[in-house]
Amino acid sequence: MTDALLLLAFQRPTIDWHGIAPELVLLTAGALITLVDIIFLEKARPFTAALAGLGLLATAVPLLTLAVDGTDRVMFDGAYVVDEFSLVVKAVFLLAGYVVVLLSTNYVAEGDYWENEYYGLLLASVMGMVMMASARDLVSIFVALELLSIPAYLMAAWRKRDLHSTEAGLKYYLMGVFASAVMLYGMSLLYGVSGSTLLSDIGTSVAAAGTSTAVITMGIVFIVAGFAFKVSAVPFHTWAPDVYEGAPTPVTAFLAVASKAAGFVALLALVFVGFYARSEVWEPLMWILAATSMTVGNLVALRQTNVVRLMAYSGIAQTGFMIAPLAVAGHGLSNGDQALSAVVTYLAIYTAMNLGAFAVIIALSRKTGSAEVSSFGGAFSYAPGLTVAMTIFLFSLAGIPPLGGWFAKFEVFRVLATAGEPWGYVLAAVGAVNSVIALYYYASLARRMWADDVPDGDHSPVLVTPSLVTALTLCGAVTLAFGVAPQLVARFTDVSLLALGG
Amino acid sequence: MLLNQFLILSAVLFSIGVYGVLARRNGVLVLMSIELILNAVNINLVAFGAFRASVGGEVFALFVIAVAAAEVGVGLAMVLLLYRNRRSIDLTLIDQLRG
Repeated sequence: MTDALLLLAFQRPTIDWHGIAPELVLLTAGALITLVDIIFLEKARPFTAALAGLGLLATAVPLLTLAVDGTDRVMFDGAYVVDEFSLVVKAVFLLAGYVVVLLSTNYVAEGDYWENEYYGLLLASVMGMVMMASARDLVSIFVALELLSIPAYLMAAWRKRDLHSTEAGLKYYLMGVFASAVMLYGMSLLYGVSGSTLLSDIGTSVAAAGTSTAVITMGIVFIVAGFAFKVSAVPFHTWAPDVYEGAPTPVTAFLAVASKAAGFVALLALVFVGFYARSEVWEPLMWILAATSMTVGNLVALRQTNVVRLMAYSGIAQTGFMIAPLAVAGHGLSNGDQALSAVVTYLAIYTAMNLGAFAVIIALSRKTGSAEVSSFGGAFSYAPGLTVAMTIFLFSLAGIPPLGGWFAKFEVFRVLATAGEPWGYVLAAVGAVNSVIALYYYASLARRMWADDVPDGDHSPVLVTPSLVTALTLCGAVTLAFGVAPQLVARFTDVSLLALGG
Repeated sequence: MLLNQFLILSAVLFSIGVYGVLARRNGVLVLMSIELILNAVNINLVAFGAFRASVGGEVFALFVIAVAAAEVGVGLAMVLLLYRNRRSIDLTLIDQLRG
């Protein structure tokens, strides 16, 4: 073994500085916040939120120049790739991170908890997501996954003296670490099959194996199960409602959107670059995950009385919709790429509409002091603007035109129907039934906000901060624009992973 | 070369670890069970790396060790937090969130 090590004389890899500029800017911003915290201590508190927001916006600049440049950049022997797919999902992560910073402003400070560290950790987590978008190697996927997860565990337990928050953090931590350990075991098996950690090498040797051997199947099953935890797909969803309820609500929004999207991005890279040839293994897995997530998520959401838990189960159901295209993705190149764009489209639209819904929940529950569905009754009488916004986001989540959600669902159904195989039609039927169930609970929440009486008779207006207005405007604009002009989002999400996968 | 023996050892360790995570009630013991799974992964990686004569496995194992250390740091902090709030690290006692 030492021979092999000695043969490897160290060669400095050529680094494409433009390609990793977004990561460097984000790293600088995160380090700057930590530094400012160490030097100025409590005096820095009013500025860290703004600094975090600026850092995220500054990261968008190199992202734009890379998009204008448009060439695919392959770094570190193919372990780190900057292509259209990664640029689009990086933009989604930055938008989600920026909206979460806006939502966290004041909220974290109110309970007199640490604020500077919070933003430092938030940027670290976004950094992990941005890295995940480019990772095409088992090691870089693993490191990116942990970089985005470990700060998220801490943020879920942020309210230190609150038992609910501690419980949420601990549950999230144990489930997350267990899932990543199982996933690692699967990765070690696939490394054994191919002798390389590069996804493209794994793809080649998995395809060369001809038929599926036991070790390949086990590796794929373990890895998919690990990421199913991350994206909270049934039957690996049990942590999600508890964690979402116990964590501070801006953190919940972050977990429900950004963390889930990061899990999907890794899953897409693994499936399309690594496992693509073994579709007989992963297609049935995805089918089962999609069908059970949609059905269980929606049925349990029907009887929820807490809005955050309702959003958690609705998020599980939405996960089912996002996985659905993958169940038919293994049939020929064009269908695979269509499934990929359908998932990315859904992710982009879901990010905007779900963050918007959480923004309204944060604003309203700050006034009512509770997240029970009944306490939201009659919100129209004292917060008409927020109620209209919430209605838009809820109907978008349900998939009603002309809001963004309908196009996301339309793309999923289109891929399922054009795959031309019976299982695709069955899954489309399951999805159609579930859309109707979902409309029932989204609409009944909206109806309560418009028509019910205010439970405690308190008609005083809700405190709406400028940062909240910005967050709502951003999310609302994206939701509406993508619904009215779907060709807009379709242009961005027309991406491919298969071309590089060979 | 002895590949199978290492893989069997790691599969046994993995199974013990999964059993421990599912069956143990003590927070620290659950953390130790997760460490067992991660060490099973490391044995796999190093054995495959030696078998394939590629250093990728050893490098991956180093990354796993480093990240696992960070994870356990966070995990112990969480268990400590639980102890401060509840005076117990029995995981079955944390059941305030349900429905």
